Amino acid sequence: MAISFTVNGKSQSVDVSPEMPLLWVLRDTLNMTGTKFGCGMALCGACTVHIDGTATRSCITPISSVAGKKITTIEGLSTDGSHPVQQAWIEEDVPQCGYCQSGQIMSAVALLAKKPNPTDADIDSAMSGNICRCGTYQRIRKAIHRAAGAKA
Amino acid sequence: MATQLSVDRRTFLKTSAAGGAALLIGFHLPAGATDHAQAQEKPPINPLNAWVRITPDDRVTLILGKSEMGQGIMTALPMILAEELCLDWKNVKVEQAPTNPKIYDHGTGGSGSIAGSWLPLRQAGAAAREMLIAAAAKKWEVTADTCKAQNGRVVHGHPQRSFGYGELVADAALLPIPNLKEVPLKNSNEFTIVGHDMHRVDAAAKATGSAKFGIDSRPKGLQYAVIARCPVFNGKVASFDATKAKAVPGVRDVFQIESSGRGASTTGGVAVVADNSWAALQGRNALQIKWDEGSAAGESTAELRKQFLATAAKPGKIVRNDGDADASLAAASRKLEAVYELPFAAHVCMEPMNCTVHIQGDRAEAWVPSQGPQWAQSVIAEIAKLPPESVTVHTTLMGGGFGRRYQADFVMEAAQVAKTTGKPVMVLWTREDDMQHDFYRPASYHKMQGALDADGNLAAWKHFQTSTSIAAKWRPNGAEKPEQGEFGTGATIPYTTQNIRIEYTLAHSSAPRAWWRSVEHSSSGFVMESFIDEMAHAAGQDPLAYRLKLIGDARAIPQFDGSPNDPPLTTARLKGVLQLAADKAGWGKPMPANQGRGIAAFFSFDSYLAAVAEVTLRNGQLKVNRIVCAVDCGRPINPDGIRAQVESAAIYALTATLKDAITVEHGSIVQTNFNNYGMIRMKDAPPIEVHIVQSTEQPTGIGEPTVPVIAPAICNAIFDARRKSKALRIRRLPIHSEDLA
Repeated sequence: MAISFTVNGKSQSVDVSPEMPLLWVLRDTLNMTGTKFGCGMALCGACTVHIDGTATRSCITPISSVAGKKITTIEGLSTDGSHPVQQAWIEEDVPQCGYCQSGQIMSAVALLAKKPNPTDADIDSAMSGNICRCGTYQRIRKAIHRAAGAKA
Repeated sequence: MATQLSVDRRTFLKTSAAGGAALLIGFHLPAGATDHAQAQEKPPINPLNAWVRITPDDRVTLILGKSEMGQGIMTALPMILAEELCLDWKNVKVEQAPTNPKIYDHGTGGSGSIAGSWLPLRQAGAAAREMLIAAAAKKWEVTADTCKAQNGRVVHGHPQRSFGYGELVADAALLPIPNLKEVPLKNSNEFTIVGHDMHRVDAAAKATGSAKFGIDSRPKGLQYAVIARCPVFNGKVASFDATKAKAVPGVRDVFQIESSGRGASTTGGVAVVADNSWAALQGRNALQIKWDEGSAAGESTAELRKQFLATAAKPGKIVRNDGDADASLAAASRKLEAVYELPFAAHVCMEPMNCTVHIQGDRAEAWVPSQGPQWAQSVIAEIAKLPPESVTVHTTLMGGGFGRRYQADFVMEAAQVAKTTGKPVMVLWTREDDMQHDFYRPASYHKMQGALDADGNLAAWKHFQTSTSIAAKWRPNGAEKPEQGEFGTGATIPYTTQNIRIEYTLAHSSAPRAWWRSVEHSSSGFVMESFIDEMAHAAGQDPLAYRLKLIGDARAIPQFDGSPNDPPLTTARLKGVLQLAADKAGWGKPMPANQGRGIAAFFSFDSYLAAVAEVTLRNGQLKVNRIVCAVDCGRPINPDGIRAQVESAAIYALTATLKDAITVEHGSIVQTNFNNYGMIRMKDAPPIEVHIVQSTEQPTGIGEPTVPVIAPAICNAIFDARRKSKALRIRRLPIHSEDLA
């Protein structure tokens, strides 16, 4: 049975197994590969997307649970890198391998939506679910502060 | 060269750089591929095709012949070309080279890309520049020496006239290629790109999700496969029932693939091919497999430790013997003995292993996140029974490499599956697959002995190591030198003493081993820089002053057992980074109770690193407050890229210092995912300061050399924080909570 939802403002309908995680629907069914597979157990944050504005690990989110909901992925922030958080990431040269950064940015955007001027403690708390094996944490921290400043 | 079967990675990479492709592992490679590599007498390469493409409208694309795994090589190497080509960096685009070992030396590892490419890329860029100048001079009917290149144009005379490179390139490409050894290189005081902070060229793509990693390859008609592998080392499929797996909607095929020790080291297993990753995973869960676990099923970390202890009770094979360390130790009134232990370590690239291959008739195409795409090409060619030239390999971005992606196991699996299905297929590894079927940093056990003379100087240094060597994994039948690559520059001891003895005994393990970020230096650095700290305290001297004193006079120490081309360890440079890190960290300033400061320095990959760590230890809880690093990696190419690599390697090493070990039970890896193999996260990450020595020496490696200094700096800082309680030293990694009680 087809399941309908919205991705980055566009209506989508997929006919897949209802327990198939949103991550694989995005990546394999819709060919939207910006959202990454890292662990499959909501332990690393690489697959983070927004569901109705809330940062969510798509790798354990069954597609049936997002019926009728609004999903935003990294591709939905901007395709040209003009979103203030993307801009801050580019300015601070945050990415190294870059694989985790879609998830990092989606977590950061959700944090800034709730707390436009986060403290370091807020950043620790909101960002510690996202692993970066390249260790870009201090640049992520700077980029979040930069984006907060740009928005203020 | 093909008969030289060394697997020491430095030799491996250097030989590879000398033109042998990545095939020093030729001992188990297809014969054809080795011949192919040997036959490569590279003809003169036209830099205006190979390294730079210029269109008539002046758009410039620089070609990257190495693999980008996060280390920033996609920015730093084109900077070198752009400098000699006198380009405006803002207008430069970068493109990945096609896999062609006749033109490019693709192998990316050993922190060797900058060191190995610095001169060749300068020469290539300068040759292209001279050809463009010559074309302009010809058009103007003037001599070339009256023209010069600037900002992508050739200019001449007063009033100045100019041609854009785009107007010249068609003519220039047909001119004779200058002799690379004689082509004039820019004077370094004219550099406007090299040595300046440049933004990463790949940052925007990685901030928008548009960057394509191997796992993002989506050729038309792609199928997805996962493989069930025996969890026990060297285990095989005894039998399997695919009935339930084939009943999973979306599963298209289930079949066995064989293990291989030829061309790559794979376990074999049962492949499940499906329309999407999820269906493939569900299919794999539904498989019923009987494994033949084989002889490794009795192996465990506890058993390995027993082996280490038994082995360490006996003398090892002598690796280095200067003077008479045993006699000096026997005669010394003050001496120390300490045992250090390090576990297996996993690479844990955030992008799990994967490879996409399509084999059809007389050609094949592959999308490979690989540090050795030319090796991948030959592996696919062997499986597809095609000449390597018929295999198009697209080197994709990599979500981390750290040495793991120099292997071709995941490539061979994908080629095997693609050969069977005849359709484009991605073999995808899960996190569990990736963690349990890695090639681990060897576990090792070190017995250190040192003697002090009356002045506290080093009278003798003795280092016994037993480990599950990398060489023994790759040369199981002829491991005549299993110690090769297990000490690295740990045998090049900068601390002055007349009596040195280094011994080694191989420990047996079926756990696969290979190169993990900084390889043996991660162990040697921890052991040596912890032990010298112990000696300093035993001598009652400040650990920094003690190191500086023992390093002593300015001199060049040849790398022990190194090749004649290896630059020596220059004591002034080692002392330079020690002093710089100490100065920037405020070494010697009093610390509050429960806080400590520790220092370490190490020479590896021809670069010099020192770190000062500051920690707080309260009620058994450790907090790393700050890490200050000083680095001398010769002439900095992209200083901000160097800072990023030092920050990165420090966090990588911090995970190995503070988080979990890879352990073995029942011949298989215990750890599966991030719930039981923890990583440093944002809340654990200390500020890291990086100070770069403004050197004009040859540029050297920076991806790895920070790793060896972090664990000893932390452990030395913990010892300092407990200076009042005289607690025992931490001598095993990772640090356990009971070590901090």
